[in-house]
Amino acid sequence: MFELLGLSPELFALFVAFGFMVGVFFGFFGMGGSFLVTPALLILGYPTPVAIGSSMAFVFGTAVIATLKHHDAGQVDYRLGALMFVGITVGIELGSRLVFGLEMLGIASVVVGVAYVLLLAAIGILFTRSAMNDEADGDEADERGDDADSEGAAGDAPDEDVPEIARKIKSYKIPPMMTLADGSKASLWTISGVGGGVGLISGFLGVGGGFVRMPAIYYVIGTSLAAAVGTSLFGGLMSGAVGAFTYGRAGVIDIGIVTALLLGSALGARIGSGATAYVDEDDVTIYFGLMLLTASLAVALGEVSAWLAMPVLDRISFVLLIGSALFVCAVILYHGALAVRERRDVTPSA
Amino acid sequence: MTGAELLPGVSPTVTALAVIGLVLVEAALLYAVYGVLEDKLAPAVFKRIQRI
Repeated sequence: MFELLGLSPELFALFVAFGFMVGVFFGFFGMGGSFLVTPALLILGYPTPVAIGSSMAFVFGTAVIATLKHHDAGQVDYRLGALMFVGITVGIELGSRLVFGLEMLGIASVVVGVAYVLLLAAIGILFTRSAMNDEADGDEADERGDDADSEGAAGDAPDEDVPEIARKIKSYKIPPMMTLADGSKASLWTISGVGGGVGLISGFLGVGGGFVRMPAIYYVIGTSLAAAVGTSLFGGLMSGAVGAFTYGRAGVIDIGIVTALLLGSALGARIGSGATAYVDEDDVTIYFGLMLLTASLAVALGEVSAWLAMPVLDRISFVLLIGSALFVCAVILYHGALAVRERRDVTPSA
Repeated sequence: MTGAELLPGVSPTVTALAVIGLVLVEAALLYAVYGVLEDKLAPAVFKRIQRI
């Protein structure tokens, strides 16, 4: 039978379509690679090392494409990414040691599962609340009229993109201070702490960590959301390369799967990355928060499925995870199309 | 098709580097090809969306 890199044409097309969805997600939010691909490959019956290894290689490839696209828009802080990577590497080592320690006590699976569910839920609540508060603030600002605009404080504009919690953290100026790409300053201790914390969670949960890395850059280090996405993608590129090398040495990366996924994701990542320039973050952030909450429920169902040996819950978990991601992907494309129709790019407010 | 199947008898490190290199080349090629397509097709797609 005719095969493309060891895959049937139907399966190849399925991976291209799935890759497109993940690419849009990855390009827009700077996360969602291994988080979506690994469970999909596991459900399709691939062995765990093949699923994780292929997912890591795919994340690396998509991160290269999405980072290049964000680089064109000047949304990648390479120095911040590189500084964080040092902390992330140390954190991953500590996280994996913690898991081995818990395994000796026989409670690793339960603790990791519960931590994953709680973390997804916490980040989901954080994003949803933040989006709702921003919406309320936006309404109040609209009621106040154009008074604020007349002050013309162009230098304050980037600060308005930074969440309140990050502004508070930034106000504690503990030396040495590092200058970020947008000209603002952040303590090296904060950057290292965030890198270490993200790495710890990544190593502890055995995930790529984009869903922690991007919010951590945005909420703790205090960059704009676009810069957080671009820098998180750069981090994903580096950690993806390390993961792909590790699993590549074991010879478990399926090149057919990675190629098919990349064919779709390369286009999706372009559209997702491009959409960040058109789509108002507030329009989508709330759906992202709700998606993380749904993902938390999906992971919880997956854990319960394993404990109760009920595969049907695993299927429901998969449908919830992919369904919610597909919905948010459609929301991004819809808002992108709306923004293009309104020609926001051609008629800037300034 | 895994890296080990693609390059039988080669050391694991070389296999891993070959796979990473292949993914990197694929990603760069796709970025370039889709970039050219974007430049050529984007104006027409934008116009069509605005007309809907």
